[in-house]
Amino acid sequence: MVPTELGTVAGLGPQGTGSSRARGVAQARSLFDRQILGQALVGSVRKLSPAMQVKNPVMFVVLVGTVVTAAEAVAHPTGFSWSITVWLLLTVIFANFAEAIAEGRGKAQADTLRRMRSETEARRLLADGSEERVPASTLTRDDIVVCQAGDIVPSDGEVVEGIAAVDESAITGESAPVIRESGGDRSAVTGGTKVLSDRIVVRITAERGKTFLDRMIGLVEGANRQKTPNEVALTILLSVLTIVFIPVVVSLEAFGHFAATSVPIVVLVALLVCLIPTTIGALLSAIGIAGMDRLVQHNVLALSGRAVEAAGDVQTLLLDKTGTITLGNRMASSFLPVGDYSERQVAEAAQLASLADETPEGRSIVVLAKQRFGLRERELGDGHRFVPFSATTRMSGIDVDGRAIRKGAADAVKRWSTEQGGRTPADLDPLVERIARAGSTPLVVAEGPHVIGVIELKDVVKAGISEKFEAMRRMGIRTVMVTGDNALTATAIAQEAGVDDVLAEATPEAKMALIKSEQAEGKLVAMTGDGTNDAPALAQADVGVAMNTGTTAAKEAGNMVDLDSNPTKLIDIVEIGKQLLITRGALTTFSIANDVAKYFAIIPVIFEETYPQLKALNIMHLHSEMSAVMSAVIFNALIIVALIPLALRGVRFRATSAAAILRRNVWIYGLGGIVAPFVGIKLIDLILQATGVF
Amino acid sequence: MTFAATLAALVVVLALTWRWLGSYMAAVFEGRVQFLAWIERPLYRALQTGPQREQSWRRYAESLVVFSAAFLGLGYLLLRVQGHLPLNPQHLGAVPPALGFNTIVSFVTNTNWQNYGGETTMSYFSQIGVLTVQQFVSAAVGIAVAIALVRGFSRGNSATIGNFWVDILRAVLYILLPISFVAGIVLVGQGAVQTLAGPVHIHDPLNGVTQTIPRGPAGFMGSIMQVGTNGGGFFNADLAHPFENPTGLTNFLYMWLTLSIPVSITHTFGKMVKSVRHGVALLVVMAVIFGGWVAFTTYAEHQPNPAVAAAGVQQKQTGNTEGKEVRFGDTTSALFNVTQTQTSDGAVDSASDSYNPMGGFGLLTGMMLGEVTPGGDGSGLYTLLIYAIIAVFIGGLMVGRTPEYLGKKIQAREVKLAGLGTLAMPLVVLVLTAVAVSLHAGRSAALNAGPHGFTEILYALTSQGNNNGSAMAGIAANSAFYNVLGAVDMLLGRFAILIPALALAGSLAAKGVAPASSGTFPTDSPMFVGLTIGVVLIVGGLTFFPATALGPIVEQLSHGRLF
Repeated sequence: MVPTELGTVAGLGPQGTGSSRARGVAQARSLFDRQILGQALVGSVRKLSPAMQVKNPVMFVVLVGTVVTAAEAVAHPTGFSWSITVWLLLTVIFANFAEAIAEGRGKAQADTLRRMRSETEARRLLADGSEERVPASTLTRDDIVVCQAGDIVPSDGEVVEGIAAVDESAITGESAPVIRESGGDRSAVTGGTKVLSDRIVVRITAERGKTFLDRMIGLVEGANRQKTPNEVALTILLSVLTIVFIPVVVSLEAFGHFAATSVPIVVLVALLVCLIPTTIGALLSAIGIAGMDRLVQHNVLALSGRAVEAAGDVQTLLLDKTGTITLGNRMASSFLPVGDYSERQVAEAAQLASLADETPEGRSIVVLAKQRFGLRERELGDGHRFVPFSATTRMSGIDVDGRAIRKGAADAVKRWSTEQGGRTPADLDPLVERIARAGSTPLVVAEGPHVIGVIELKDVVKAGISEKFEAMRRMGIRTVMVTGDNALTATAIAQEAGVDDVLAEATPEAKMALIKSEQAEGKLVAMTGDGTNDAPALAQADVGVAMNTGTTAAKEAGNMVDLDSNPTKLIDIVEIGKQLLITRGALTTFSIANDVAKYFAIIPVIFEETYPQLKALNIMHLHSEMSAVMSAVIFNALIIVALIPLALRGVRFRATSAAAILRRNVWIYGLGGIVAPFVGIKLIDLILQATGVF
Repeated sequence: MTFAATLAALVVVLALTWRWLGSYMAAVFEGRVQFLAWIERPLYRALQTGPQREQSWRRYAESLVVFSAAFLGLGYLLLRVQGHLPLNPQHLGAVPPALGFNTIVSFVTNTNWQNYGGETTMSYFSQIGVLTVQQFVSAAVGIAVAIALVRGFSRGNSATIGNFWVDILRAVLYILLPISFVAGIVLVGQGAVQTLAGPVHIHDPLNGVTQTIPRGPAGFMGSIMQVGTNGGGFFNADLAHPFENPTGLTNFLYMWLTLSIPVSITHTFGKMVKSVRHGVALLVVMAVIFGGWVAFTTYAEHQPNPAVAAAGVQQKQTGNTEGKEVRFGDTTSALFNVTQTQTSDGAVDSASDSYNPMGGFGLLTGMMLGEVTPGGDGSGLYTLLIYAIIAVFIGGLMVGRTPEYLGKKIQAREVKLAGLGTLAMPLVVLVLTAVAVSLHAGRSAALNAGPHGFTEILYALTSQGNNNGSAMAGIAANSAFYNVLGAVDMLLGRFAILIPALALAGSLAAKGVAPASSGTFPTDSPMFVGLTIGVVLIVGGLTFFPATALGPIVEQLSHGRLF
């Protein structure tokens, strides 16, 4: 965000409440909301259609296997072959259930959004100046609409006339209204948001059906979800691991014949299903959907799954200083008098002017005055008038007891005092310039025609940010602070914050050049931006997060939109990207490791008749051939259900080195994957034995 | 030499070989060794090629296939007409069609599976002009492919992976010829037979019989057959024959020669990718598995033979000496056969068929791991790199990044090619074994019934599918059925891995290099070594567990009971 003289529109900017994240899209439903569960159950049966299953080679093999065992069960009905058939079918259904439940929350959110879209009505401005009322869904590009206080903005557009406060909570969940005005970086409005004050004229910029809201519905619903590059690669690996077991099982039949044993086809299918990586195969798409959903929960919309994966690979983070590394709002740090005034007088005037000013800057002035001079907050009588900040006056202040005090941008306050016959003290300009050069913001305080002094607003580095950067460093990510400040100031703040590098006096061109040079080294770069001049860099970056408060150009150039417009979010996005891949890797390892126990369960018992010696390999001491095969199949199906929560929530991520993460995951999912099925299969076997079924 | 001393000496000489031969090979393939350039230049001119004329992976693979196919055709022809060719003192006739086909495929694919007895089937011309020539060039092909794959890692944004003709010429000229020449002299010096004078006939007046003792150019053939991890010896008895393997020193030398290139090429890899640590990591993968198998197999062979014990015969010695040369002993013989089954060499100095069930299991599973520990010349490295890519992919996912190996992103295409390379061998071996045990022609060839007979068939097809050539024996494999089945096995086992490896080289070379950071899965760490070992063992274990359970495992559990 390009810092203006006063930061953002005081009090209305989103940074003020960055920490308390309300939810818009992400009206959080529990992962296992009852309604979602119900719909998922229905969905898991509907997804049995072969056309859908064929997209997932692993589960498709299970489905084909189910058909084979069902045919066998019909031809030679036994309790065993029917039970196997049922459990194989359940395996497929459980996989569908995992996917359906992952989609569920998105679907629910999409429904809410869709309702919002269909109920809106627009006031279209005709060429002759008259208005007509049309449904919002009929608006097309370049239509001109009028919105007044209380109206819902019918579609995405640009303010061409007027200024208004807009409540964007429906989209962003952020309850504080934002200012939208014609021209500049604050002209974009989004369909579905509500105008709170004034009247604006909006030129529609979105094609019909392609509004931000439409895109958002598509995204949260996962309607056009495509497999991401990494998902494609993993699917190939899983296919390989599936194909390889087909000859293993088929050849076993031939080997059995050589040993004068015939292995029943139901057992062969059961063995095949147990060996192919069904656990990860069943949960793979749920993991992907849940990853996107996790971003939505963070109020970030990823316009492509590719970007989410790329986020995990990012090696360089470009972070805007303002709002990310430092608090967006600068804090008063000193009172500097001009002319014959004293420091205390500046403090008094500044405090008075700020009493009714609820912006963080205003509050910080009151606090500083109290700290330095013990000036207490005074109760103001009825006879005062607070002059709020506005984008045109660029100052605020108070009229009380016949005094008129203003504070604000230097040139604005100077002009104001000159208009009232004052003269600018000679030492003001050098002072203002010195403060500005040091990276701070000067606020000039004047009472009537007299300029009293200057308040220095300083950048304050966010608490805990240096720990974040330390964590980034451990993960191998280089952080670069981007700022318009001069090199001296920038370095001072960078050191305090603990970033690795600084791009000072940054122009959009310099930013672009930095991204390109990092990419030339093979690194992936992530950045945030909001202005139109950020658009080329956002497009160039591998992960470009556009602030929702930003311009349409910025939002179209980036591949993610942060609805909270909180640049610190970039760090969360990286973690979500990594977590997504880790979850896939961990469950793949788990799935493969499971095979060891399944072999030990099934192989000894199926050749028991010919080679009773193989009993020595039945280390679990499973009860019988049928109970052993049943137990393995049941374990294989139930483990999918058991791991759905893990797939949806993701494996816990810790910001530490790759080696440490790997060690941890290999132990938990590799070793765990070997041990767990031994325990599970034995338990199921005991239960089957107790029930006396097999 | 005792077993322990042999092993220790082997480790020491291999460490030195790794150091020197590894960096020498890197220098050869980077064009820094030029002392035979005067031979290279005219050949390049004749072939209209040269080091500057680099090839894309497709051109490289095409050249390789054309080259192999030409030798296949020519070699087959020569075997069929050997009766009309010189250097045939025994007046041996044409090699039969099916056997000729199997044999030439076997030597072109660096397998050296032998369905014939060398001294009774092949003329000297065939031995030298066909088989020994292939022992050089087939090894060179393996090395060339490995180097091409290494270039895939060492280069960035490159459309080419080297020149096939240059690579094989240099492999033969600078590496295989000099080593096998020197080693051949040592072998002959130790008493290995080297003559073209034909067999000798000795009349034994006492018993009234005339013995025919075959001789031939065995010493030098023995040298390249080991340096080139070929394993096909002059004599039927291979390296158990005192004319080929006369002393304990030659026995040791043969092990050293077999292991030298497959082991050293990991150093070549490290040098060429500018990270010797990465080479060491692969070396450790090889050493750990190899060490494990040596320990397991020698231990198994040091146990009494359960079949003898079951027959109620009192055994004095502890080891299983059945089928072993007394001069080598049980453990050193087991060590020797493990080095040969794990290098795709396949030579033997003792009869694998007579190994204890678990000893045979050690040899069989050594091959089932895909010949990567250390594997054949070149083929060991490229196959291990394929496994490593799978390991990196899974490991990379677990640290939350698109996996990278030496800065190359492992994406869908790489996984697909590595998957093909991993899939090929188990698929071919299992399907063909299933075919063999299902057909009468296949079943009747096994000389034993029950699990041991099954093991014999499985062993034959595993050995050929892995281009090893080690024979367990106990199977009458010189039939039209097994000759053709084996040839298919060998061709698929070789080219279905080799071509994906080259495609992988092309796809990796075309990628840019991403810099490593602490967020990257470190591919030169113990964790990487562990993960790669895991992938090798798991792929081999999961695909072959049922088969081995029905073969050697059941046999062992039966305590030597015959079926």
